[in-house]
Amino acid sequence: MHQELPEGPELVCPAGSLRALQVAVDAGADAVYLGLKDATNARNFAGLNFDDAQVRDGVAHAHAHGAKVLMALNTYADAHDAGPWHRAVDKAVSLGADALIVADTAVMAYCRDHHPGLRLHLSVQASATSHAAIEFYRRRYGIQRAVLPRVLTLQQVGQLIRHTAVHIEVFGFGSLCVMVEGRCALSSYVTGQSPNNAGVCSPPSAVRWVDGPEGVQARLNDVLIDCYAPDESRGYPTLCKGRFDVAGERDYAIEEPTSLNTLALLPELMALGVKAIKIEGRQRSAAYVGQVTAVWRAAIDHARAAPGRYAVLPEWTAQLARHAEGQQHTLGAYNRPWR
Amino acid sequence: MTTTLPPARLALTVGQVLYHWSRSSLLHFYADLADGPADTIVLGEAVCARRRELRLDDWLALGRELSAAGKDVVLATQTLIESEADLRLLERQAEQHEFAVEAGDASALQLLAGRVPLVLGPHLNIYSRAALQEHADLGADRWVAPVELSLDQLAAVNPAQDPVRTPAGRPMRTECWAFGRLPLAFSARCFTARHHRVPKDDCGYRCLADPDGLLLSSTEGRPFLVLNGTQTQSATVQNLLGDGARLRAAGVASLRLSPCAQGFSQVLADFDEVMNGQASMAGRAEAWAALGVPGPFSNGYLHRLPGMVWQSA
Repeated sequence: MHQELPEGPELVCPAGSLRALQVAVDAGADAVYLGLKDATNARNFAGLNFDDAQVRDGVAHAHAHGAKVLMALNTYADAHDAGPWHRAVDKAVSLGADALIVADTAVMAYCRDHHPGLRLHLSVQASATSHAAIEFYRRRYGIQRAVLPRVLTLQQVGQLIRHTAVHIEVFGFGSLCVMVEGRCALSSYVTGQSPNNAGVCSPPSAVRWVDGPEGVQARLNDVLIDCYAPDESRGYPTLCKGRFDVAGERDYAIEEPTSLNTLALLPELMALGVKAIKIEGRQRSAAYVGQVTAVWRAAIDHARAAPGRYAVLPEWTAQLARHAEGQQHTLGAYNRPWR
Repeated sequence: MTTTLPPARLALTVGQVLYHWSRSSLLHFYADLADGPADTIVLGEAVCARRRELRLDDWLALGRELSAAGKDVVLATQTLIESEADLRLLERQAEQHEFAVEAGDASALQLLAGRVPLVLGPHLNIYSRAALQEHADLGADRWVAPVELSLDQLAAVNPAQDPVRTPAGRPMRTECWAFGRLPLAFSARCFTARHHRVPKDDCGYRCLADPDGLLLSSTEGRPFLVLNGTQTQSATVQNLLGDGARLRAAGVASLRLSPCAQGFSQVLADFDEVMNGQASMAGRAEAWAALGVPGPFSNGYLHRLPGMVWQSA
């Protein structure tokens, strides 16, 4: 008798471009997520994202290989003009996306009223951290999956899953937000633009590199975020990852530049009932997406085949380490070393 | 034809104390407020579940006293709900029938709607009229706008002439963050504990030593942010004392004043006299620093500028 393997979590990979989408699908992604070229998604960067023709081509490629396309529509509709958000919903339907990733109740209400059959995933930007919060969105808008903010412990994730009918997706790998997603206005405080209101954090247009007396200064709208000595490697000045002064001590006062990597937790995540694992990084290159997707595909397949014998292979770690921000890996809030 | 006139009075709401103050400091603070010009007082701990100088029963008792003194009292829920214990506290807030409750997140909306009068807190991410209508449909008729919204956006979301209405037909009232450091971000992680290099679960309540939070400056000495446990605030104090006419025109019905440790009763008195007593604002805000009110001021968000900016009138 052929024995069915236990169902593995869906591997959800980032597609900042059509090339990245194709590479992710070819490397074994179960689903890819993408956004349009405007402020309707939380990676609103120049040179990134999809026009209509590219969405159509991407959907065709994904569907031909049995993968799904999820469209991120996870910023908040503008007070003066919800048009771009409504049009994005309509496009997702007409171009054949399999689901929308949404955060704004205004957008969800539009979907409910105009496209009741459309599958909705609750974006991490909706900041739903409990089963009660998720139930709010399920009852009112029929969401079928929720992406959890990167703030809960494994035990809290398990507790939440036991109390909800909604499928749960968690972040597995990529840049780490230390703040609750959807609850951070640090970027607009400094630059006027934030993930909620413009789909960006610490936007490149506000960054300035200046040669100073003690090294190269990274400034965000003139606020000194960090200063690098000649022998130090420089990071992008995401403002929560800068070095600041608190009570006379200069340090990474909020968060050191680190990456999330939960490869070691994969069997536990599966045992808890996590239905999908998201790889962060629509702003990263197609090569990055391909390599990270391949490692995670192999890991999930290993964990499904023999969960008891699962171990992180050294070559996976080596492969992923090349892409880690700050060259460090952490398990993020899932194990809370700072607890 | 009838037209809806802006409310004669810009109501004053004293927001929940966002810092960790000792029990005696809190009780003194609220005893002072009982005799002051505040219309509404928000009570409760919204930042960290570990802060328990006052428990729910204490807040309820305090609420009764303030209510007897003529204040409208609202209970605040935690902004970040993480555990079953957090949800149990929410459930208890839903079970009381004395006070309205300000929802800090969607968990609160789920548990409170239809059970207690609901206030929409500033972290619910309501950025458009359609979103506000979705929340009005829950029966809420008060909305504290997200701090990122500008005057023109406030006016577009809930205009005085054509307000969003609840199913029962009540108009939505907009409240705006008029005084205080801006609540910019929340995390599961405690940055005060991180600074002191102690674990969050055994933090020794170090934040009790920072009644206005812990200042974070750029390395060239510019005050930038304030660490308040799991919350990150602006170092600047948003101050809209000079914006009464603009706020009214944008449909704002009440002003939120967020407590600071020193000089707050003078701030409250000044807001009342300037906004509602036609008094001149000349020299008032300038005198706060001598009382220990933090600064500098900002108002950028109101004008669609970075929130840290101060734009003079």
